[in-house]
Amino acid sequence: MQRPAPQPQTTQRQVSDEIAERHRSEVDAAASAGRALAAHPRRDFAPYRSTVLRHPTHELVRADPEEIELVSPAFGHTDVAAEEADLTIQHTGEPLGERIIVTGRVLDGEGRPVRNQLIEIWQANASGRYVHKRDQHPAPLDPNFTGVGRVITGDDGSYRITTIKPGAYPWKNHRNAWRPAHIHFSFFGSAFTQRLITQMYFPGDPLFALDPIYQSIVDPAARERLVATYDHDVSEPEWAIGYRWDVVLTGPKSTWMEPEDADHA
Amino acid sequence: MPETAPPDPTGPDFDDEAFDAADLPGSHAPHPGAHRGGLGQTPSQTVGPFFGYALPYAGGPDVRAPWLPDAIRLHGTVSDGAGDPIPDAIVEIWGADAAGRPSTERGSFDRDAHGFAGFGRAAVDRAGHYAFTTIKPGAARAGSAPYLLVTVFARGVTHHLFTRAYFADEAAANASDPLLARVDESRRGTLVAQADGPGSYRFDIRLQGEGETVFLDYGTEV
Repeated sequence: MQRPAPQPQTTQRQVSDEIAERHRSEVDAAASAGRALAAHPRRDFAPYRSTVLRHPTHELVRADPEEIELVSPAFGHTDVAAEEADLTIQHTGEPLGERIIVTGRVLDGEGRPVRNQLIEIWQANASGRYVHKRDQHPAPLDPNFTGVGRVITGDDGSYRITTIKPGAYPWKNHRNAWRPAHIHFSFFGSAFTQRLITQMYFPGDPLFALDPIYQSIVDPAARERLVATYDHDVSEPEWAIGYRWDVVLTGPKSTWMEPEDADHA
Repeated sequence: MPETAPPDPTGPDFDDEAFDAADLPGSHAPHPGAHRGGLGQTPSQTVGPFFGYALPYAGGPDVRAPWLPDAIRLHGTVSDGAGDPIPDAIVEIWGADAAGRPSTERGSFDRDAHGFAGFGRAAVDRAGHYAFTTIKPGAARAGSAPYLLVTVFARGVTHHLFTRAYFADEAAANASDPLLARVDESRRGTLVAQADGPGSYRFDIRLQGEGETVFLDYGTEV
């Protein structure tokens, strides 16, 4: 396959039209096949240009999970220090921006908590700049903010992080392309096949409709699951704005149980 | 957007005195997917290009200390549909121990140098190359061949891809493996790591095009 010529002058309008057309065709195809829209994004989503040469063209081969695929690495509290859940205390000074708390639960498809499992997060700073050498966005770095955190879920699958609301930032997918503000999250389920890396967004972002990464998820209800909810009970007076975001990792049921889990299923 | 709009604080009917955010739809709400019976899967999104300061960790590629006698090397290049190496992919492996059983050793990150936790993570270099040291797993059960589960994330990959690295020097076991048997013979080789030196196996990953790697669906492609 030939690499497509760069299209730096593709406009937002053109990309938005491509998104709308693809969504229509996916909805039609699902309706005529009598099936629901997929929750996961399309891998061959051309409006997101980097997918063009990076999606498999063959259908995936169905595999029966063996034991190794039905369990996950045993991360634990020895792996992660409690302070890693607070991204605002990693330097000598306070980071700039809007302090936020994000909390929620990680559940499996049956609503059972994903216990004592690792969550990793990373994000841009309040100005929309990543601490990454390839991020060339001319926005300031914050010497008091790295934007990396880790936390282990509790026995009820809950997590809680304190951070700074990230800024939107430009990218070069098309002319005047901007990513909605988001935090990257990495999850391990109780089975490795539940592994998930995704992005959490903030409610009401005007960039949602324009963003081919967010819109690579065709099902609007599934897209909505990536948007945190403002929760006034999570906000702390004189301190931080609170968001709630629950996560569901579905997958093959584990036939393997830790001894201490024997009574919770 | 929530299916029921919250009260508009600027609207004429908004009663500030009676406002209680806890009553808003969305506060303490069940997961949005719950409306449809059962919990809806949280969708994937690309790892993006800027994970390099976040996901790699010290010792991530060394699942087994390289100086131990049972250590093997698994390495290869991740490439795209034009055959070009991908410089911003990150690969994870997860494998059983020599007896074919998953490790339940805590401390996959902060592990003992003589331990084996089974999980590894390696970002590719600028030439798209990754390398792990680990151990060769045992087969999980009679009639199946040993393999490492391999997961690929990259910018432009909206949902990670699973594959398996089997071992070329396990020809007899591979011949009876149920998954390998299900794969078209012309593509089967993409699942097999080739020995390329003492204790070293090469496993290239081609996301698209000629020699495209066989990627797997464990029933989670919803």
